[in-house]
Amino acid sequence: MIPPFEVFYDTHRDEVFRYLASRLGRERAEDAFQETFLRALRAYDRLEHADHLRAWVLTIASRIAIDDVRRRKPTEELTVDIWHEDARPAFEELAPFTDNLPPKERAAVVLRYGYDLDYAEIAATLGSNEQAARQAASAGVRRLRKERS
Amino acid sequence: MTITPELDARFRAAAAATGLLDAAYDIVEDTPIGDLLVGVTDHGLARIHFDPEPEAVLESLARQFGPRVLRSATPVDRVRRELDEYFDGTRHAFDLAWDIRRLPEFNQRVLRELAQVEYGTTTTYGTLAARAGNPRAARAVGTIMNRNPIPIVLPCHRVVGAGGKLVGYAGGLERKERLLRLEGALG
Repeated sequence: MIPPFEVFYDTHRDEVFRYLASRLGRERAEDAFQETFLRALRAYDRLEHADHLRAWVLTIASRIAIDDVRRRKPTEELTVDIWHEDARPAFEELAPFTDNLPPKERAAVVLRYGYDLDYAEIAATLGSNEQAARQAASAGVRRLRKERS
Repeated sequence: MTITPELDARFRAAAAATGLLDAAYDIVEDTPIGDLLVGVTDHGLARIHFDPEPEAVLESLARQFGPRVLRSATPVDRVRRELDEYFDGTRHAFDLAWDIRRLPEFNQRVLRELAQVEYGTTTTYGTLAARAGNPRAARAVGTIMNRNPIPIVLPCHRVVGAGGKLVGYAGGLERKERLLRLEGALG
């Protein structure tokens, strides 16, 4: 069963804030923090199980951090590491293969095959829809196949 | 590093403003009968708990209304104000919508009749049962009073035994007596 949102928020808020502050600085982290949990709230009733809630919310935060950096420095090479250090195990296994993917495809591939989230959850995490999530994951997989062949 | 209370409050207010919460709750502190946990939904006031243990109440709110339950002060402001006025003795009737739609039909009927029992008066379990259409259901009415999700506002403290004894109260007889004294219904 999905825990009440209060419990989820209370458990993860400080870690999410620390993560955002480390990426964006304390001041910009405040808006990103609010946006992260509002996005999580919008998707929350569509979650089907309570596994990976931490990876899920950190992924939402990382997407928002990327968007924030992109908005502010549209021409600069994206340097934000989208994965939080502690959220790594599944990612590390996939990292050698996914490092060269565009961020959105990389996130979709890792969430699908590393964290075993379904497309509705991935869509909620990435702030897009199920079809786009499916397309991003399969585009990522196609790109990986091409690279490896 | 932890988040500041300001950021926390800002998020909670923003979350309530989205209209996405299945239920919001807050603690109303230091009333004459102790701290109260108040829960509200889009439909109105849904819960008042004595001796609140937030974790248990949260689970129960989530089971009944959905998982998006969050503590937030703003949605509870109006209830808090009316309760303050009630405890000050300046409010004799509550002007609040309630959310009892998930309860069985007979419970709803009894609670609607209960809401008609006026400030400063008392009635009996049997009378209330009769008004709800089943004079023989006094015992069932007792159980419904015991499980009243919105005590104080739905005034189960005004329901007493046929002999005038206070009989029982989910929040403890001391609270029942205190409320009736506040209303001037006890000598």
